[in-house]
Amino acid sequence: MKIFVCVNHVPDTETKVKVASDGRSVDPTGVNYVINPFDELAVEEGLQLKQKHGGEVVAVSLGGDAHKETLRKTLAMGVDKAVLLKDGTPRDSFSVARALADFLKEQSPEIVLFGKQSIDSDNAAVAPMVAEMLGIPSVTVVVKLEIDGTKVTAEREIEGGHEKVETQLPVVIAAQKGLNEPRYPSLKGIMAAKSKPIEELQPSPASNKVEVLVMRKPGAKSAGKIIGNDASAVPELVRLLHEEAKVI
Amino acid sequence: MVFAEQRENKFKKSAFEVVSAANTLAKESGSELVAVVIGDQVKAIASSLGAYGASRVIAAENPKLRQYSTTAFANIVSEIALKEKAEILLLPASAMGKDLAPRIAVKLDAGLASDCTALKWENSELIATRPVYAGKALVDVKITSARKVVTLRPNVFSADQADGKEAAVETAEFTLSDAEYSTMVKETTQSSGRIDVAEADIIVSGGRGLKGPENFKLIEELAGVLGAAVGASRAVVDAGWRPHDEQVGQTGKTVSPSLYIAVGISGAIQHLAGMSSSKYIVAINKDKDAPIFQLADYGIVGDAFEIIPVFTKEVRTLLGK
Repeated sequence: MKIFVCVNHVPDTETKVKVASDGRSVDPTGVNYVINPFDELAVEEGLQLKQKHGGEVVAVSLGGDAHKETLRKTLAMGVDKAVLLKDGTPRDSFSVARALADFLKEQSPEIVLFGKQSIDSDNAAVAPMVAEMLGIPSVTVVVKLEIDGTKVTAEREIEGGHEKVETQLPVVIAAQKGLNEPRYPSLKGIMAAKSKPIEELQPSPASNKVEVLVMRKPGAKSAGKIIGNDASAVPELVRLLHEEAKVI
Repeated sequence: MVFAEQRENKFKKSAFEVVSAANTLAKESGSELVAVVIGDQVKAIASSLGAYGASRVIAAENPKLRQYSTTAFANIVSEIALKEKAEILLLPASAMGKDLAPRIAVKLDAGLASDCTALKWENSELIATRPVYAGKALVDVKITSARKVVTLRPNVFSADQADGKEAAVETAEFTLSDAEYSTMVKETTQSSGRIDVAEADIIVSGGRGLKGPENFKLIEELAGVLGAAVGASRAVVDAGWRPHDEQVGQTGKTVSPSLYIAVGISGAIQHLAGMSSSKYIVAINKDKDAPIFQLADYGIVGDAFEIIPVFTKEVRTLLGK
């Protein structure tokens, strides 16, 4: 089975976002970058699929040299090959998807795995876009995946429940928490990853359809009132919620 | 044009929100507002979108469309959008809308702005505001392509029955090959009686301060009386106390309810990002220095095990339950 996993390199969840001097992006000073947490699930699923069905797992990332750190992590987890589509230009979802799809269509993948969204731009758009560009099905927010021959059964999370989706290979899957427990790279894996090559390729040029005009911090909420220190404060809390906030 | 989501032949609240938000845009720019609804025998419910501002509703009906199909739905919406020469297509940023919108954007060669929380015209250009980094920052974006696709975060835009008229209902003509139905929902399971945090108007969330999974029954009871959803911090989800789909925060769900009650949650940055846009926040925590109090409108510094049962009782009395 030819398995591809698309991974992104993003500020970790502890990051306090500061707007950069261009007023449109995040100031990277002091920011710790990691593999996108949802993409770790995709890598793990790729490795498990290889275990069951054989084949090869290739990790792909689009971005600058810094993305090599995330690709190294995927190698340490156990992927066979890593490819960097080296790019320095800011791209919108459409343009990221175009570059990935242009690369992938030459590879005839049977399954392409993504995280359900990147925790920086939060669009949750690239995976279905790539599928559409490749002309293959996609299932998003997947918490359970079974592949039997070319038949694919995936469970996706919806509001207050799940949908069981049937489709077939080749397919794009976007992974949600619950799909698996991503492994920690072993020391041996980490050592081996250091000497594995990362192939560098030129992605197709960016052509964005969405322009960021301005980035700003949301209006800071001021701390409210502390009503009390024990259960005797509850009647006042309920009164405030009912009469002042009018939310209950 | 708007895609109005229905499940089991009932419009979702987010469908009314999207129609209503689109109506505001359409009025300001003097455009027509058309809604699309897809399903089996959905014409019967279609005209009700008129009350929220749709002048026409195009219903795409087929018994096979009773269940959701990514490929079939994306095709139908795109075909109608092209036929109607729609310039702007709005969908809810729901599980279905987020699944569909990127595929439709590619079919229409349109830029996509996802999960938007505000829309406005500026010099006759549509400007969309959307949270990034789970709400740690906001961006204003402009879609530069001729056709534009926008999804709207549920629970943010109000559903105003502004016009109070009935919409004209038309039947869509479309042909789909079997291949278009090849990706199909076979079964939908709803956890009975549970409200999803992404759609809830009130959320009661618990964190590590609850000391163990068994103590979440206190949270469930309070949520039950309030008609609220149960939420959870990453710590308790990672510990296996609560299911993944209840997690609020940067690697869980970003929520904007009217009321968010955080119990035993200290307020890690990634959690605060996911719930800071709630209209009102209540924090109940033992530690007076917990960061959650910086965001809370109302706080009680104290023992959740004492406070929550009283809270549940007081709300029950207030609501006469």
